[in-house]
Amino acid sequence: MATLAAVIASTHHPFYYRASTAQGEDRPPFADEWVRKITAFRETLTRARPDVLVMVGSDHFHQLWLDNMPQFLIGKAPFYDANWYNEEREFGLPRMVLRGQEDLSAYLLREGLDAGFDLAYSNELRIDHSITCPIITLRPEADLPIVPVYTNIFAPPLPQPKRFVQLGRTIRELVESWPGDQRVAVVGTGHLSLELGGPRQFGPHGPDPEFDRRAVEWIASGDLEGCLSEVTLDSLHAPGNATHGFMDFMLMMGVAGEGAKADYVDTLDLFHTMEAYFTWYPDGVPAGGDQGTVTS
Amino acid sequence: MSRYLLNKFLYTVDRDPDLVERYRDDPRGTVTWWEAERANQILNCHVPEASTWLRFDEIEREALATHDYVKLFELGAHPFLTLTLFIAMFERDDPEPLGFQKEYARRLAHFSLPYPDIAT
Repeated sequence: MATLAAVIASTHHPFYYRASTAQGEDRPPFADEWVRKITAFRETLTRARPDVLVMVGSDHFHQLWLDNMPQFLIGKAPFYDANWYNEEREFGLPRMVLRGQEDLSAYLLREGLDAGFDLAYSNELRIDHSITCPIITLRPEADLPIVPVYTNIFAPPLPQPKRFVQLGRTIRELVESWPGDQRVAVVGTGHLSLELGGPRQFGPHGPDPEFDRRAVEWIASGDLEGCLSEVTLDSLHAPGNATHGFMDFMLMMGVAGEGAKADYVDTLDLFHTMEAYFTWYPDGVPAGGDQGTVTS
Repeated sequence: MSRYLLNKFLYTVDRDPDLVERYRDDPRGTVTWWEAERANQILNCHVPEASTWLRFDEIEREALATHDYVKLFELGAHPFLTLTLFIAMFERDDPEPLGFQKEYARRLAHFSLPYPDIAT
């Protein structure tokens, strides 16, 4: 059976690419620290020696639209072109092409359907920055095949938070029962408190630092019970109007498991939103690396 | 009232570089043309297989025709779509980094929770 080599949950900040590559006067003052943190975070994936990446993200009204909106969708294609004109325009993101791991896509679809998730699928999916940002931060070589998993955190009505957790649990079960000997990392990105297109946007910090503090604690300690007892579709409006992206973190907590303490935790308080990085090693912390940043 | 159609306008303009410039330069003309020619196109269907029933009401049409993003927020247009398109059109006019985004927030400052419903 396949090995779940790492579970990684992260924010996806579309400004990282431009900030990290800018030079001279264009380079923002926080860029060096941000790059240091991302480089350390990247090492947590590298040392897991993954063969395949399951990438959990959410389309931002690029290919998925209101005339035909899936709640949970899995890409099943040999290749995925990536990034869109408006992401080049606003964030300077590069065009990319990623290979697909079609047999794992097929397995997740068949077994996921049989496990009670009526998953949508796409045989021609152009992915966006919710998936390419973590490729850029965690695997800039973009050399591993992927399985994209898209969730709807964006266009109400949305699934309940518990469904995200349940899907995460199911993804873990299916990865671990996938025939073969590949090492699979599940990488998912979401948001902490975030406001887009509202009065609290682009402040000096995220719109709700207290929510962010509690969210980091829930994730780092694997406190699914506490998180699920407090987070509802209604409650997520309060920390910021785009905070429903936190449900992708909840999905990743489902992959990591109830009570699973993260092996690596880091945050970066930026303007606009807080960055947060988490890694779990379900199969034990891998040896090697000089980073010394893994906490257990 | 059609939040869906407002969103469809923002979405289809935002993804087309020529339409972004056209809407920036001639908002009323672009809205009039779009409502007549594009509002009823089903995006994933052959052009003749169009819808027949989609139109703006007067308040929506006027909000779009005057680039009134505060009104669009009030009407429940999807905030991400509005923000993205208006950054594309107007960020270039502000000399300060993120100056447009911060002014946008200031102009929405009178809204408090719960914000207008965005469900479609």
